[in-house]
Amino acid sequence: MIEMLQQFFQFDFMKRAFVAILVITPLLGILGTMIVHKRMAYFSDALGHSALTGIAIGVVLGITDTNLSMIIFAVVFALLLNAINRRALAATDTIISVFASCSTAVGLAILSMGGNFSKYSAILVGDILSITAEEIGYLLVIFVVTLIFWAVAVNTLNAISIHPTLAKSRHMNVRLIEDIFAVLIAVIVMLSIKWVGILLINALLILPAASSRNISENMREYHLYSVIFSLFSGVVGLFVSYYTNVATGPMIVIVASLIYFGTYLFGKNR
Amino acid sequence: MRKIRKPCGFHCIKVKDLGVSFGNQVVLEHINLHIHCGSMMAVIGRNGAGKSTLVKAILDDIPHTGVIEFKDAENGRMQKMRIGYVPQSINIEASTPMDVYDLITSYRYRFPVCFKSKRIYQEIRESLAVFEADELIDKPIGTLSGGELQRVLLSMAVMDQPNLLLLDEPVSGIDKNGMDLFYEKMDYLRKNYDMSIVLISHDLDYVAKYADQVVLIDKTVLAEGSPRSVFESDAFHQVFGNTSYGFPESAAHKNTTQGGGLS
Repeated sequence: MIEMLQQFFQFDFMKRAFVAILVITPLLGILGTMIVHKRMAYFSDALGHSALTGIAIGVVLGITDTNLSMIIFAVVFALLLNAINRRALAATDTIISVFASCSTAVGLAILSMGGNFSKYSAILVGDILSITAEEIGYLLVIFVVTLIFWAVAVNTLNAISIHPTLAKSRHMNVRLIEDIFAVLIAVIVMLSIKWVGILLINALLILPAASSRNISENMREYHLYSVIFSLFSGVVGLFVSYYTNVATGPMIVIVASLIYFGTYLFGKNR
Repeated sequence: MRKIRKPCGFHCIKVKDLGVSFGNQVVLEHINLHIHCGSMMAVIGRNGAGKSTLVKAILDDIPHTGVIEFKDAENGRMQKMRIGYVPQSINIEASTPMDVYDLITSYRYRFPVCFKSKRIYQEIRESLAVFEADELIDKPIGTLSGGELQRVLLSMAVMDQPNLLLLDEPVSGIDKNGMDLFYEKMDYLRKNYDMSIVLISHDLDYVAKYADQVVLIDKTVLAEGSPRSVFESDAFHQVFGNTSYGFPESAAHKNTTQGGGLS
């Protein structure tokens, strides 16, 4: 066993991937709790897809660092979705779907111009093994920012999810907190998408929290299990993917899904 | 709850010419109300009369015209009004991982709800005890009965000693014992605390028995005054039909206690 680990850690890229997972997974686990709680699964999914449009805009404008255009577009997109949501002209999921489809289509259209899409297809699945030390640094910064935001705003987020009018009656700034939360999700999704992939980012946000919900009775348990499940899926997924020669992202999601089914059965029999 | 004060009789809340429109549709207009502290005002009306809209307007949750003033009648000083709001129900799934401690901590404290504070736990427990709900503190919200949830929400609403307690009475999920307990608590609150109570009610029998002041609305105020004067008004009969309600102090009505025909 120890030999296996030594073999695993002899590569620098594996070490970096391991550290990155130790940072990303708890972050997604924490964020996921309120995304599931506030029924925003669709929202985060749409944000993930908007990454394509962000890259496309970057390419069109000739920006070399498409990360930047991705983040800026995602933030604008998130705030726009929030604003439309507040007007509540139609059901939330429908509105989000319309905007997500539209932006994904525009992104794909631009990126596929001249038959060049294969150049960008890596972002669909992601590759944690290619992460650099500097990029881990960015993730650490956003991790700390998230923890601070959480300490200040988790109560308000929870209060809003239970009853927005009741939250307002207690002079909570519903709008501001909702917008900051949306921006935070946007930034984190965009920063992790290169490593996790557009197709799988939402699974990592939703699955640990959903699994935790199956077996938790209060917010302490909910947060704790969500972080543990997320971390566990990440670490196990990385190891298994290394030894089975399968892409890391999908393997992490497979582990997270197994945990979901396990907790579902366990929770049902309680 | 820390402090019990007698109603001072000097504060009052005035709603002046309140109106709400959605697009071209006028939902409420020219609503004028005068609520004294220590009094219980019941707002009644048919379904769709604008009762819930009135609550939302008072809470400033929806755009409205007119003003809501909170006044100290002794020197006319305006203060920021604290409103304790008790919604009709809350929209969460039965499996939501949230207990009563989490619910109250989220609304009332800054301490992050993902951790537990023994001091806050104790404080919440004491407040819940006023409404005989302290045993519920560790129960998941989704498993509470309608009456239990209402007692929890009520405890939370009065924790900050609001100037105005604004209640939307649940339509379902509470049995007769629960309703009796609820109205007795209301009576106790208004007699012992310095607060006014505005209650959106669906049960006219209880209104007849407990309210000091009744307001019948349908887009605007149709009738207001003592329960008896409103219940005997023409507007009331037009809205609710010809039913009579028992007023304890009235000899003429002594034998007609159960009116039936509730909204």
